[in-house]
Amino acid sequence: MPGPQPTEKAKLSGVPQAGELASPLLRDSTGEAADQAFKFLMWLCGLAVLGMLVLIVYELMLRSSLSWHKFGFSFFATREWDPVSDQFGALPFIYGTLVSSLLALLIAVPLSVGVAVFTTEMCPKGLRGPLSFFVELLAAIPSVVYGLWAIFVLVPLLSSYVEPFLARTLGWTGFFNGPPYGISMLAAGIILAIMIIPIISSITREVLMVVPQHQREAALALGATRWEMIRVGVLRNARAGIMGGVILGLGRALGETMAVTMVIGNRPEIARSLFAPGYTMASVLANEFSEATGDVYLSALVEIGLALFLVTIVVNALARLLVWTVTRGQPSRANA
Amino acid sequence: MPDLINKPAKTESAKTPPIALRRRVTDHVMTGVAVLTVILVLAPLVAIFAYLIYRGAGSINWSFLTQTPKPVGETGGGMANAIVGSALILGLASILGVPVGIGGGIFLAEYGRNRFGDAVRFTADVLNGVPSIVIGIVAYAIVVLYQKHFSALAGGVALALMMIPTITRTTEDMLLLVPQALREAAYGLGIPRWRTTLSVTLRTATSGVITGVMLAFARVAGETAPLLFTALGNQFWNVRVNEPTAALPLQIYSYALSPYDDWHRQAWAGAFVLIVLIVSAVAAVRFAVRRGTFGAA
Repeated sequence: MPGPQPTEKAKLSGVPQAGELASPLLRDSTGEAADQAFKFLMWLCGLAVLGMLVLIVYELMLRSSLSWHKFGFSFFATREWDPVSDQFGALPFIYGTLVSSLLALLIAVPLSVGVAVFTTEMCPKGLRGPLSFFVELLAAIPSVVYGLWAIFVLVPLLSSYVEPFLARTLGWTGFFNGPPYGISMLAAGIILAIMIIPIISSITREVLMVVPQHQREAALALGATRWEMIRVGVLRNARAGIMGGVILGLGRALGETMAVTMVIGNRPEIARSLFAPGYTMASVLANEFSEATGDVYLSALVEIGLALFLVTIVVNALARLLVWTVTRGQPSRANA
Repeated sequence: MPDLINKPAKTESAKTPPIALRRRVTDHVMTGVAVLTVILVLAPLVAIFAYLIYRGAGSINWSFLTQTPKPVGETGGGMANAIVGSALILGLASILGVPVGIGGGIFLAEYGRNRFGDAVRFTADVLNGVPSIVIGIVAYAIVVLYQKHFSALAGGVALALMMIPTITRTTEDMLLLVPQALREAAYGLGIPRWRTTLSVTLRTATSGVITGVMLAFARVAGETAPLLFTALGNQFWNVRVNEPTAALPLQIYSYALSPYDDWHRQAWAGAFVLIVLIVSAVAAVRFAVRRGTFGAA
């Protein structure tokens, strides 16, 4: 046959005799068919990941359709949550999720960026490893343990010291008044902040380390002090990536369940004061799902789950894109 | 006229030092602020570990590790059934999740340089961010609703769904670190592609892949939310896959919210045991893997 031989055929005919002598690995190989079967199997595993997403969307939509047809868009705009008379509105939960997450970001972002800047730019070399190890250790603690700690340490601390102090000094703003029980939106925001600091700071650290060294050197050569070098040469270049880390932290805060459920007070109300109890989308699922009686009740809860899912998907996709724009150009394949 | 000449010179000499001083002061202040943030971040960490050891380690005794919970109001009892239940659920999750996760990673690294691979990669990244409670709802819908009752299996499915995307991505990363030359050498010996992937590529990356698996394991081992309405919890011994099963995180949650001091004590003890188990499982496997690869090399 003239022209180039098909490579598969060459592999089949050429290799076996030589391989049998050279390698015991080849003895149980069955050639092309096994290769195809293996590829198909691995392809199935890859498909399973895609399938999971489809499954999640399908099940959530299927199980929430009852509530969707009954309430429509007003589900997300009404405040009433009354299982007895089958009236459901998710607004208090959406409000609680947003406020607790934003509060957490407000506390966590400056602290995380500070830690990242310190570990990459200021820290003595010997301290760098242990410090990032300790901060990442925070990420390994289960959510329920944070909640346990928050109930028995953070909440008493808030109710006896922090909240009375805030009420005295900032009570006039309306955000810090009412009885200081400790169990409150504020407690939820603080424990969330503690939980998302490791994520934001580790991504910020990654992004800061990608900033080219010559940016720093150029700033220093122009006579900048260290802080000016960090501000102009480092932080400004890393803005998009830091933003990505912040949004990723937001995604985690929005979906966080156990620790928040344990300290937020679980009352479906919208209050201006951060000392008042609240409720989040994730905590209402945690508290009421296994005891929900009635199809509409269950369906309304699943619809909250669907909303939570969609929001976190959008937030995470946004964060991925932002982090990618900064860290791309890094070699991902050692043999490329 | 003398004024005009003098003035700029005067302001120049008067102004320059303060600016430099301000810049230097700002620099020191910002350094101080950075150190302060580190202290503020480390303080809760230290406090959490201190309390875990102070309240947790002091509360562990033999009956905590060997007995089931006592009825409401009685002191004593333990979480032995929850420890066993957690092991059961995590075992199921690993059996279901680890092979699929590693397979997905192999697919992405070896066959995934195309549009479909990109889609899988992006999906896995996105799934990593899905709240665990939503995964719980899905496991409830696909297992509990069909079985008509809560079960350890449903809990295992929920945790497996959480493990798969994580393991897929870490496995891919680890396989991509294996030099292309190794694969080419294997092809050159006439070894088929599937055998190369399993016996050369995956084997070279074993320690990294197992580390990724252990990270996923550690992450789901402390998960409570997806178990709330899948495994549900149980006050008694259970090792059957089709029955509601106690789990350590669930038990910590319900005891922490109870009004009894003795149960609070046990919640702390449970948290301590949970963290010790997670850390020691990860450390043991990493140690074994490190020794294994040195032995092979």
